[in-house]
Amino acid sequence: MRRATTVIIGAGQCGLAMSRELTGRGVDHVIVERGRIGESWRSGRWDSLRLLTPNWMSALPGQDMPGDDPDGFMHTRELVSRFDLLARTIGAPVMENTRVVSVAAAGEGYRVQTDQGAIACGNVVIASGACAVPKVPGFASQLPASVAQFSPLTYKRPSDLPDGGVLVVGASASGLQIARELQMSGRQVLLAVGNHLRMPRRYRDADILVWMHLLRLFDEPFTKADDIERVRRTPSLPLIGDPSNRTLDLNALQDIGVEVTGRLAGIDAGRALFSGSLANMCAAADLKMNRMLERIDAWVSGKGFGPFVAPAERFAPTRVTDEPRLSSRLEADGIRSVIWATGFNPDHSWVHLPVFDRKGRIRHHGGVAGNGLYVMGLPYLRTRRSVHIDGAGRDARALARHLVRRLDNRLAA
Amino acid sequence: MSVQSETKTVDNGVNVEALLGAREALSEMPVAAEFTWRASCEWMGGAHSRSTVEGFFGLGEEKKHTKAFTFDADHPREFAATDAGATPLEMVLSALASCLTAGIASVAQNRGIQLRSVKATVEGDMNMYGVLGIDPDVRNGFSAIRINFDIDADATKEEIAAVVAQSQRRSAVFDIITNPTNVRVSVA
Repeated sequence: MRRATTVIIGAGQCGLAMSRELTGRGVDHVIVERGRIGESWRSGRWDSLRLLTPNWMSALPGQDMPGDDPDGFMHTRELVSRFDLLARTIGAPVMENTRVVSVAAAGEGYRVQTDQGAIACGNVVIASGACAVPKVPGFASQLPASVAQFSPLTYKRPSDLPDGGVLVVGASASGLQIARELQMSGRQVLLAVGNHLRMPRRYRDADILVWMHLLRLFDEPFTKADDIERVRRTPSLPLIGDPSNRTLDLNALQDIGVEVTGRLAGIDAGRALFSGSLANMCAAADLKMNRMLERIDAWVSGKGFGPFVAPAERFAPTRVTDEPRLSSRLEADGIRSVIWATGFNPDHSWVHLPVFDRKGRIRHHGGVAGNGLYVMGLPYLRTRRSVHIDGAGRDARALARHLVRRLDNRLAA
Repeated sequence: MSVQSETKTVDNGVNVEALLGAREALSEMPVAAEFTWRASCEWMGGAHSRSTVEGFFGLGEEKKHTKAFTFDADHPREFAATDAGATPLEMVLSALASCLTAGIASVAQNRGIQLRSVKATVEGDMNMYGVLGIDPDVRNGFSAIRINFDIDADATKEEIAAVVAQSQRRSAVFDIITNPTNVRVSVA
């Protein structure tokens, strides 16, 4: 059986960042990747997707900021080519097209079984991504067979959908972006909005993420979070990385003709039922957005920057029609496709270790999941940056330090 | 042999003639059919609140109950509350049972079925992980509601089942619970 001190599972931004750290610390390791480097970013994203974070927030470890414009947004194709570059630069020991079948305890360490053979190791770093499996509600199976179903992992471009209307379920980053693209393609989109956040792309002359960065919202460690369970399930920021810096909110979508309604509650005999909670969801999103803008304004005045940036502004409340629709007879209403933009789960089904909580999530403390077992790239793993491209380097450094300290202690013992 | 036709007088305490008359009158006057029901509610401290119902709008004008009715709602001691009334959840269950029961009386009257007793038991299951915010996948409200009727009436089992089914088809509260409704919450 092949042996390595450490096996990294997944060659995305986290796996490569960890490889770079381990190489720098002289820890021998191998990266097992189910496809090619950055496979999820190659095959599990839609064609038009750009990162939500501007270029100045999207550098890989050891690399310059991508592009010429710090406020620009990188296309995922460019991100993938930067993964390739990083892997070459650090000589990352990647075993491509190797799928992990199981990770199990073996002696003092672990046995990583792949479809290309087994590897015995002392440490395992799980970096296989947070968005591996779309969270699709059970009632999806009750949709009429004539309705095509997609998730953000399988949706690529509007022309792949059958002609006709589309129901987009979910209004966080993916749902909002896909709803916009489909409506612009000439299809009528009905968007079902459950929990929802709203955020302008730019505010007072700067990208909203610049302000959040200055307020240090991305840096609060997981140990300081009020309710880590709750913040870990906050969806991606409701933004679009569009060269025009457009704001993507429900008003912008309604302006181009998207019909907005409440959370999809169920399917009953070909009829989609929507919750009557839309007005409240929108009011809550507006309140939350305004609280953020107030924090920014307070920071600006506190620093005396007021004269140098655009004045404070408040955006029109989210428009909600008097009677948002409560149901749709999908076939009669011409809806031919449903996009489940209802969130994702990681796929850790191959981890055969007693490390899961009652919801089937890996229990971890800032990425440390057990003796020599690490997990990366999950929401708020260590900070809010953990799911950003430039969060991978920081988390990798902290976890590599932990990993090496543990190796040293074992040698000393 | 003489055959005597049986004439039975059914009285479930429901004036079906008046209801049918109202139905006919309202179909001529759609505006009069628009009703608005109201309740006001005041916080009494802790989880305890008191709702009052008195006025409603219907038949084109403001109307009043014969008197104001009040309902106290609270949480039980298990939730460190004062238990000064039923929980709002239990009120929902009661409303469902009451609505279906009123419907059963009317439908039975209309079908000439004499009721002797109608008893209902309602149960609603709820996982506290929802309202306590422990698990976002658990809904706040009931995961299931069961209502069972024990009916003693001058009718066959099938006739009674048909009455219950019809009352369900015409029940406002059954509709409210089983179908979505747009709800607006505002602050004065």
